[in-house]
Amino acid sequence: MGLTSLVLILLVLAFVVYSTARSRAISLAKPLGGISHLHSLPFFYGMRSAIWCAVPALGLLIIWSLFDDHIISTLVLNSLPESMRPASATEHSLLINSIENIASGALSSVASDPHLVSAAKVLDDLNAMAANLVTIVVLSTAIFCSALAWIKLSPQLRARQAVEKAFKIALLAAACVAIFATLGIVLSVLFESIRFFQMVPASEFLLGTEWSPQMAIRADQIGSSGSFGAIPLFVGTLLISFIAMVIAVPAGLMSAIYLAEYAEPGVRNFAKPVLEILAGIPTVVYGFFAALTVTPFLRQAGANIGLDVSSESALSAGLVMGVMIIPFVSSLADDVITAVPQSLRDGSLGLGATKSETIKKVIFPAALPGIVGGVMLAVSRAVGETMIVVMAAGLAAKMTINPLETVTTVTVQIVTLLVGDQEFDSPKTLAAFALGLMLFVVTLALNFFALRVVNKYREQYD
Amino acid sequence: MINLTAASREQRIRLGLKKRHRAERQFKFYGALAIVFGLACVFLLFGDIVSKGHKAFQLTYINLEVTYDQDILGVNDPTDARQVSLGNFHGAIKAGLKNRFPEATGRKNKRELYSLVSNGAGYNLRDRLIENPVLLGKTIKIWVIADDDVDTYYKSIGESDGPFTGRTSEQKEGWLKELIKAGDIEKRFNFNFFTEGDSREPELAGIRGAAMGSFYTLIITILLAFPLGVAAAVYLEEFAPRNRWTGFIEVNINNLAAVPSIIFGLLGLAVFINFFHVPRSVPLVGGLVLTLMTLPTIIISSRAAIKSVPPSIREAAIGVGASPMQVVLHHVLPLAMPGMLTGAIIGMARALGETAPLLMIGMVAFIVDIPSGFHDPSTALPVQIFLWADSPERAFVEKTSAAIMVLLAFLIVMNTFAVVLRKRLERRW
Repeated sequence: MGLTSLVLILLVLAFVVYSTARSRAISLAKPLGGISHLHSLPFFYGMRSAIWCAVPALGLLIIWSLFDDHIISTLVLNSLPESMRPASATEHSLLINSIENIASGALSSVASDPHLVSAAKVLDDLNAMAANLVTIVVLSTAIFCSALAWIKLSPQLRARQAVEKAFKIALLAAACVAIFATLGIVLSVLFESIRFFQMVPASEFLLGTEWSPQMAIRADQIGSSGSFGAIPLFVGTLLISFIAMVIAVPAGLMSAIYLAEYAEPGVRNFAKPVLEILAGIPTVVYGFFAALTVTPFLRQAGANIGLDVSSESALSAGLVMGVMIIPFVSSLADDVITAVPQSLRDGSLGLGATKSETIKKVIFPAALPGIVGGVMLAVSRAVGETMIVVMAAGLAAKMTINPLETVTTVTVQIVTLLVGDQEFDSPKTLAAFALGLMLFVVTLALNFFALRVVNKYREQYD
Repeated sequence: MINLTAASREQRIRLGLKKRHRAERQFKFYGALAIVFGLACVFLLFGDIVSKGHKAFQLTYINLEVTYDQDILGVNDPTDARQVSLGNFHGAIKAGLKNRFPEATGRKNKRELYSLVSNGAGYNLRDRLIENPVLLGKTIKIWVIADDDVDTYYKSIGESDGPFTGRTSEQKEGWLKELIKAGDIEKRFNFNFFTEGDSREPELAGIRGAAMGSFYTLIITILLAFPLGVAAAVYLEEFAPRNRWTGFIEVNINNLAAVPSIIFGLLGLAVFINFFHVPRSVPLVGGLVLTLMTLPTIIISSRAAIKSVPPSIREAAIGVGASPMQVVLHHVLPLAMPGMLTGAIIGMARALGETAPLLMIGMVAFIVDIPSGFHDPSTALPVQIFLWADSPERAFVEKTSAAIMVLLAFLIVMNTFAVVLRKRLERRW
């Protein structure tokens, strides 16, 4: 039986159990004089039984489906003669693959090794047996647990407490998904990075200045050892982020100040949502705009004044990224500027300062921690931004701070290394995870310090 | 300084005042400039995309006399599905072209001539025959899809810098001019763009496949992220004790919200594909990855929605004997639902526009078939945009822009819906 139909049957079963338990609770209450003599509402009796029916069985099913591949393939391989057992992980998956192909008929069983054919037969048998076994075990668990719940059902049973406890546990589990996600990120990135650093020393990765992640096909090939010095990538990332910040910080800050302090309500109500649109546009659209509109324009403009602009310049990616980040800076700055109490403004204006002097000398210093925090968050977004740089920045890992030349970034390299075929034991693929680890650590640190700055230096006005 | 007279002091202030007012005007001007810059960027972006993409909603067709010649087609029984599917319909179209322009002789010229129509033009002919089997042996006038170079040429005729002839030879131009004179070439609404999957031929390529891929991905995302996000928000707001564990959960949620989206792609690759062996390129993995990515957004907005329900509601419910769970399920959740839904829709809009993590899990393959489920290999709308943007054909530029217009239209609809929902259902206490 398929997994889906098994789950469906379980759900139907749970519903049946729910309604019978509910009506049994009502009928138990009748001789006592109505459901007011039950401890809980009939609904809770029904729910309690349904939970008993479905949850343990589903749990078993999930555990089984996580491990069935592994168990079955181990059993199948054990059925092979000693000499054919795989030595390495790649051999292992290759062997399993060919056995599966024979079993499904994709590979002719006549032309293949007879041992493999018999292994394929074992695989077929095991799969059929496992499917039957799982169905029987899961359904009998469901029925057994429902029966237990049925026996315990009595008017004094504290069904509501039981159901609410289960409910609370479910909520807690949902909240813990965030922890698992973080854990998953850390572990997956960390493990692959450790494997990478076993092949390439960390010092070369962090301090090397040449990036050419090729791996040799033959040992005697020219340039057979790829070099994994990530400094050019860091420089490129910083250069593009810096250009983006040069655009985004003044524009975002000034527009926030203008909207908060100068603009009339009409202008504000129009300009604010329109600027917010910039934040909602997918990054792939910015990438397209950068690659097909901004870059040709810059090249043309550069040619007009006698400058040689590369066709994948850091400038165009940085400019467009800056535009993308404007609303981010602006809304964060707006928050902190409006949080400065009116009394400070009144005091300054009362002493005869002009509005701009008030802003520059009173409001800005008061809002500074928040603004610095916001800028740090913006930097972390710029560093982690992918699509714009993938589409508009280049692949050549040049070490330069000339914005007219082509540079590459950490995210671009992660994408190029991982899109397409991968083999998980070559440093080329693993390098992407090492870069991912750097990215993760840097963005996390930026966020951490941004929060620290905001909390530590915030003025308390109350 | 001390012996300054009152008059000279006033004069100094006056002089300074002028400067200060100038600085004030300047500062205000810079602010306005920043706003204008931002607005200009919005309009430039939209204007650029629309001006590049609006043409893709039309497609050039050529009117051609085609004979359902049994010998050319190799079909003698139009009801035989196998025979019809193998029929050489493109050959019939080539014959029609040769009749129309008999002056084309020689290999090179003929190849040039045949490149007037699309490689996919035969399908239209075939579908007609299947619909109407009596057509076999007859000659009909039919509008067939033109090649993308012809399409580009014809659409750019009215433009200031003249028709784009970069990929059209003089001879071909002559034929095209003849067709134009005879009225046998025209632009029609491009239905293909909305009903077809991806293709190497720009004139045949459509966004249906990518749109369905996005649809299935988002279904998974909303089905997982919304319940999980709401449950987590309810726990944190209503039940969680103030202890270290809760603090740890909150730190994790905030961190996840700040992690770059590409890292989620790495997670999907390492955990779902490498560890759990979920197949690559399928909406299921895409949905799982985007779930983890949007989860923090949904949790944060749901918490805000729950927080905005006043405590008096909870106290009243407890007062009439409701249990904590009943308070939440019967009172807090229904009242917070509009805010939560708004947050969820905005989260979905972000997930719809997300590209980078999908690249990592292999949803960037060239896939012609339209996916029909969660396990079919597929791309997504933004990924399709990325793929087309990389294509060298000039005709793909307008396709890309048109696909962007469709994507932006979806996003605008979703965001407007969220705003309307909030305005309609939100209560002020």
